[in-house]
Amino acid sequence: MSGNILEVSDLRVDYGGIQALRGVSLAVPEGQVVALIGANGAGKTTTLRALSKMLRPTTGTVRFLGEDVTRLQSHQLVARGMAHAPEGRGIFLNLTVRENLELGAYLRRDRAGIAADADKNYALFPILAERRDQVSGTLSGGEQQMLAVARALMSRPKLLLLDEPSLGLAPQVVQRIFQVLREVSESGVSLLLVEQNAHKALQLAHRAYVLETGNIFMTGTGQELLASPEVRKAYLGE
Amino acid sequence: MTEFLQHLVNGLSVGTIYALVALGYTMVYGVLKLINFAHGDVYMVGAFAGYYLSDLVGVRPPWADPPPGAGETFVKATIVTMGSMIICGLLGYLIERFAYRPLRHQARLTALITAIGVSFLLEFGFQLSPLVRSPIEFPPGPSPRVFPALLARDGYEVLGVNLSNYDIIGLLVALGLMLGLQWIVYRTRFGTAMRAVSFDSQVAGLMGIPVNRIISWTFVLGSALAAAAGIINAVSRPRIEPLFGLMAGLKAFVAAVLGGIGSVPGAMVGGLVLGLAEEYVAGYTDSSYRDAIAFTVLILVLLVRPAGLFGRLTVEKV
Repeated sequence: MSGNILEVSDLRVDYGGIQALRGVSLAVPEGQVVALIGANGAGKTTTLRALSKMLRPTTGTVRFLGEDVTRLQSHQLVARGMAHAPEGRGIFLNLTVRENLELGAYLRRDRAGIAADADKNYALFPILAERRDQVSGTLSGGEQQMLAVARALMSRPKLLLLDEPSLGLAPQVVQRIFQVLREVSESGVSLLLVEQNAHKALQLAHRAYVLETGNIFMTGTGQELLASPEVRKAYLGE
Repeated sequence: MTEFLQHLVNGLSVGTIYALVALGYTMVYGVLKLINFAHGDVYMVGAFAGYYLSDLVGVRPPWADPPPGAGETFVKATIVTMGSMIICGLLGYLIERFAYRPLRHQARLTALITAIGVSFLLEFGFQLSPLVRSPIEFPPGPSPRVFPALLARDGYEVLGVNLSNYDIIGLLVALGLMLGLQWIVYRTRFGTAMRAVSFDSQVAGLMGIPVNRIISWTFVLGSALAAAAGIINAVSRPRIEPLFGLMAGLKAFVAAVLGGIGSVPGAMVGGLVLGLAEEYVAGYTDSSYRDAIAFTVLILVLLVRPAGLFGRLTVEKV
């Protein structure tokens, strides 16, 4: 299994003639945080969507936990331990906070374990505990983002795909989310993180990839990319 | 007053039929954003399935000699109703699996036109002259058939209002089914999954919900309810023919829009309101206006409250 929980090779996605991904290959080592950075439209979200089968890749293979999962559907990947907190949070705004969390644990049958995990999440994000019986549509953007992360954790994933967890949030909320992600990572969950906030992402990541117009343009450890002049110029605003 | 109450009884009797059929429209719209125009024809198939099943289990009319006992009547009526619900559930499954699912990722109009095609297939397929003669004559052909009397009709007069056990049993069965559905949708894991798929099917998949299976079951449930409606209706209005699902289907669709398409309680209320509106207007003015009412209601809803009575206002926060 070569120590990688996820191995992606030559992933291509076409949107009606437009090539959104032109052969992306990457790997997520077990227990590590991998960041995917790049400009708008580079294909970061498309990569995550293709991995969790929110859309169907044109070609390429995906191996998860050593198994070829290229042909599987979203729900089958969840069953194998992949969770995806999608772009725009994907909260069921018509359901309560509690119901959203319960849906995150849809495939689990151990009621006691589910309740314990919900409590763990309420401890991580106390504001969610206060609002647990509120309809999610009434939550603020930051609260919805916390709910998205918490909900993704409810399936007890081995790999968590996160799409822009800091987008549009106040600095304290961003701090809180990244702090939780660090704790999640330390508990042994592997993370594949897509971020606009390259600085924060690279600080957290063991390894990072830079995407440009559907291709992997650069890769290295988080520290290497933080130090790279090209990355500093293009993504860190220097 | 008596007249008013009589219309109330008749309106409720028709309204529950609309409500049961409207539920199928609204549930399918909820999960697929598709108006399943074949749904009215599933209702028609439900009545025919009941017709054939009655034949197969040997339902004997109340005037037979000796007349069937209460036990026999109950057992056979139950078999016919449940059997028809199962047959239509299967039909609904097949329609979704083979007509709509292959087009899921095409433009939405494609599926809509396919729905009209499936509707025509059922309407005109059933009008072919019989290809099979035994044990049943199938397809039934274009001429109307008389639905067998599943149970003896008992009429009562209460406060001058004519009531029959058909009205009462039909109303009770319909209410039972609607409460059952309400329970499924709001109290079970399947129901939560269905509501999640209806809100966002892609994200529902990310929760581990098997989206295709939920959609299949939604068709099964909706079609089974339509079958029950077909039977309840055929018991009190026994003339059935392959095109009678058309108007009923359109009206149930109007009921679903009136209640707010996608809303389960909306479909129930919409059906009852439409049934009562038709009955009162037709009763107090001219019965030839009956069919015009539904479409007047549709136009008014679209003008005044396009989301329908229970239509949800989308809450969105960024």
